[in-house]
Amino acid sequence: MRRWLADRWVMGAALLVLGYLSLPILVVAGLSFNRPSSRLSYDFNEFTLDNWTQPCATSDMCDAVIRSMEIGLIATVVSTILGTLMAFALVRHGFRGRAGINGLIFLPMATPELVMGTSLLALFVAAGVPQGFWTIVIAHVMFCVSFVVVTVKARLAGMDRRLEEAAMDLYASEWQTFRRITLPLVLPGIVAAALLAFSLSFDDFIITNFNAGTTVTFPMYVWGAAQRGIPPQVNVIGTAMFVIALLLVGASSLRGRRARRAALAAPVAPRPSAMSGS
Amino acid sequence: MTMGHETPAGDLRLANLTKRFGVFTAVDDLSLTIPQGSFFALLGASGCGKTTTLRMIAGLEEPTSGQVLLGDRDIAGLRPYKRPVNTVFQSYALFPHLDIHENVAFGLRRRGIRNVGDQVERMLALVQLEGYGRRRPAQLSGGQQQRVALARALINHPQVLLLDEPLGALDLKLRRQMQIELKRIQTEVGITFVHVTHDQEEAMTMADTVAVMNAGRIEQLGRPADLYEYPATAFVANFLGQSNLLAGEAAGRSGDDALVTAHGLRFSVPAGRARVDRGPVFLGVRPEKLHLVERPEQVPAGHQHVGGVVTDASYVGVSTQYLVRTAWGSELSAFSANSGVGGQLPLGAAVVAHWDPRHAFLLPRESGEDDQTTPLLDQPPVGVLS
Amino acid sequence: MSALAHVPTSSGQAAAPPPRRGRHTALPYLLLLPGAAWLLVFFALPLLQLAAASLYDPGGSLSTGYAMTWAVGNYPEALQAYWPQFVRSFLYSAIALVLALLMGYPLAYAIAQKAGRWKNLLLVAVVAPMFTSFLVRTLAWKTILSDNGWVVGLLRDVHLLGPDGRLLATPVAVVLGLTYNFLPFLVLPLYASLERLDPRLLEAASDLYASPLRAFQKVTLPLSMPGLIAGTLLFFIPATGDYINAELLGTPNQYMIGNVIDSAFLVRLDYPQGAALSFLLMAAILAIVFVYLRKAGTEEVL
Repeated sequence: MRRWLADRWVMGAALLVLGYLSLPILVVAGLSFNRPSSRLSYDFNEFTLDNWTQPCATSDMCDAVIRSMEIGLIATVVSTILGTLMAFALVRHGFRGRAGINGLIFLPMATPELVMGTSLLALFVAAGVPQGFWTIVIAHVMFCVSFVVVTVKARLAGMDRRLEEAAMDLYASEWQTFRRITLPLVLPGIVAAALLAFSLSFDDFIITNFNAGTTVTFPMYVWGAAQRGIPPQVNVIGTAMFVIALLLVGASSLRGRRARRAALAAPVAPRPSAMSGS
Repeated sequence: MTMGHETPAGDLRLANLTKRFGVFTAVDDLSLTIPQGSFFALLGASGCGKTTTLRMIAGLEEPTSGQVLLGDRDIAGLRPYKRPVNTVFQSYALFPHLDIHENVAFGLRRRGIRNVGDQVERMLALVQLEGYGRRRPAQLSGGQQQRVALARALINHPQVLLLDEPLGALDLKLRRQMQIELKRIQTEVGITFVHVTHDQEEAMTMADTVAVMNAGRIEQLGRPADLYEYPATAFVANFLGQSNLLAGEAAGRSGDDALVTAHGLRFSVPAGRARVDRGPVFLGVRPEKLHLVERPEQVPAGHQHVGGVVTDASYVGVSTQYLVRTAWGSELSAFSANSGVGGQLPLGAAVVAHWDPRHAFLLPRESGEDDQTTPLLDQPPVGVLS
Repeated sequence: MSALAHVPTSSGQAAAPPPRRGRHTALPYLLLLPGAAWLLVFFALPLLQLAAASLYDPGGSLSTGYAMTWAVGNYPEALQAYWPQFVRSFLYSAIALVLALLMGYPLAYAIAQKAGRWKNLLLVAVVAPMFTSFLVRTLAWKTILSDNGWVVGLLRDVHLLGPDGRLLATPVAVVLGLTYNFLPFLVLPLYASLERLDPRLLEAASDLYASPLRAFQKVTLPLSMPGLIAGTLLFFIPATGDYINAELLGTPNQYMIGNVIDSAFLVRLDYPQGAALSFLLMAAILAIVFVYLRKAGTEEVL
């Protein structure tokens, strides 16, 4: 009995912690079906599907969601391109000032968002740049780039250089080698980096808050609404985001597993050991 | 793009090929000719420059100076994809995101050849992998991956096929099979194979010609049996198998023999087996050519001998390996086949080690070098043991 | 790179060959240029501007403009006015960190060493909260800890809370929120370290007379140190700078330094003071980071 306990308590504790981590999501999902008793109430009152059938009942919120997506997409594209280029330079080339570049990439990840947000604000004010949509994009690209570099770099560093040599040996020019070998092999890393960048951008509040001017993103909308009363549709958006992300993860892991299984089962197993006869 | 394989290829010649990395000279003024259609092995320990040589032939490394000539054409300045040369990489470098069919077809497609299906099927049949085309490399065993790597290179009909430690990742049994298989394929396709390995047995099994490399230079080049039976340097004598090398002084010729004095004893070696016949020399005898008897009168006529004491006997099945300590303290190795003739010698037994002078050889020695009786590195010895 | 790093050794060597030299020497700089320029202009330069702003004449205003008077006095003044919030920021995040370690270590350990084929599923469960909005999740705690909720009800029933006791709008709620929000950042690097831990090492330790506790102390803990340090930093830095939890789950009595900076820039429009406070926060955090990095080495944290 003691032995059984000794083996299991870690798992038990882990499951409790996972429960703690999952609780708010369950609450968000539950509240998405709630008809609140008053604007400022956070308690569950009455079951309803209205929030899901009319997610844009408060049109401000849907505008904010769309704005966040626009900002997220632009910031993702720009930061993924910039970060991927940097990752290639760092992994594939020798150059002077590597330590400086590494520091420049590392520091934004180690600096509190608050400081990055206020310092950009100070810059924009000093330079007389009006704040709004594009200052948000600039800020988001800035803090996403480092995460893109780190993600792509990891993938690139794990890639065997001999694959590219083999391609060149097999009559592929530099461009063909990049196009046929390097890019397909690094692509999963780039996609992962882009997804990370989008989720960072979409969810950012602190830096955005200092640089938004009068532009309202989804997190800014939630922040403002928290004072005035939260429309229950916010929970619909929260639940939908969660479900979409979960489906993406599920689909990618399912695809990986199916590909593996199909490949193992598919070909008619040829003579088990063709060589042993010789 | 026109590839050279339509025209007669010609020999592969390396002329004064040198490669330096900073202050380190990896390949030092290397010149050699590899005849068309031969199976050539570059043998050496890690870091001896053999892989760098191979990479320079492939175009993956630019020579510091020198030429790589294919027939009369200098290809040293060409990019890898412009050379009629293909490589089987160490640990294969199969493209993980392409299936076997596309891996094999890769080179043809890059050269703009359209209907590749038949050729790929034929090549997969040659390496006995029919039906595997739709698998991914990760789903194949090491031996199968090795054969895909071979097919992927051979399908291009290169003038020269380079093999970089092609069997290094396989287990012993599979390695033997693949050695035979590679040899069969080479005979079948008739392409020049240049094979880089640190495994002397692999080199000797497959190659027509073996070049032993050391510190960026070729120590000796020749047929495997010639290298083993009559090594040119102390390095070769102890890298390729094992030798008992006794430090001595040669005193010139007497008739057809070269005369040597070593540790106060006089020996002779046929002149045809003496690399030098004057000055400091090594007198070499392979352990399996050294026979042990209990008394001097048992030594056959014409054989030469030294006395000693058995200090170690390792029974390894097919043979017993003895260490015999001589009067001057060196320990000679002697391998005695367990053929059922004669018994085991006990430790501490006084013995006489004898050999036929026609099996001995004389090698140049730097003055000051003492006896060498242990193999270099831990290469398993060739011959009766393995 | 030293010359010897380029020496190719042949057998059994899997390292990548050296980058081809002598060709396209400008290429790496071209690849780095856009990203590095972006970071210089929108990360490094703003920090300089912030430093400058922290020394502006405190008498100026956004409408009249600020004069650069090298007013070093902004710093002691800001500290004097807001030291309680400063202390509270570090105190709350430190307590949250301890809680997070107590929860996160067993979790990371269980996933890495005990989960078997459930490993990936549990990892997704750790990351899953981050799939949805930070603010929405934090607001959910408002519901969970509500005075009418079952958590408060239960605690009142077992007399851990008085009949009028509450959790919301107390330090407990803020610390719980901080712990919850940044726990995954602690767990993931810790998991990565523990995943590489060979279970045979623990068997060897117990074979060599180590009790489970000693084995943990002498083997598991030291080997998980890189992940532990990285995770601690990834938790502590954002937690200290956070003000969302204090705002949504607390009251002005629980305000952290972030709330003060937010209001200095966006409500009171006192840029010199806000900048000085930002800089003080960054200096304090960087000091802690560098102490850590000296222990761990940057590579492992990156």
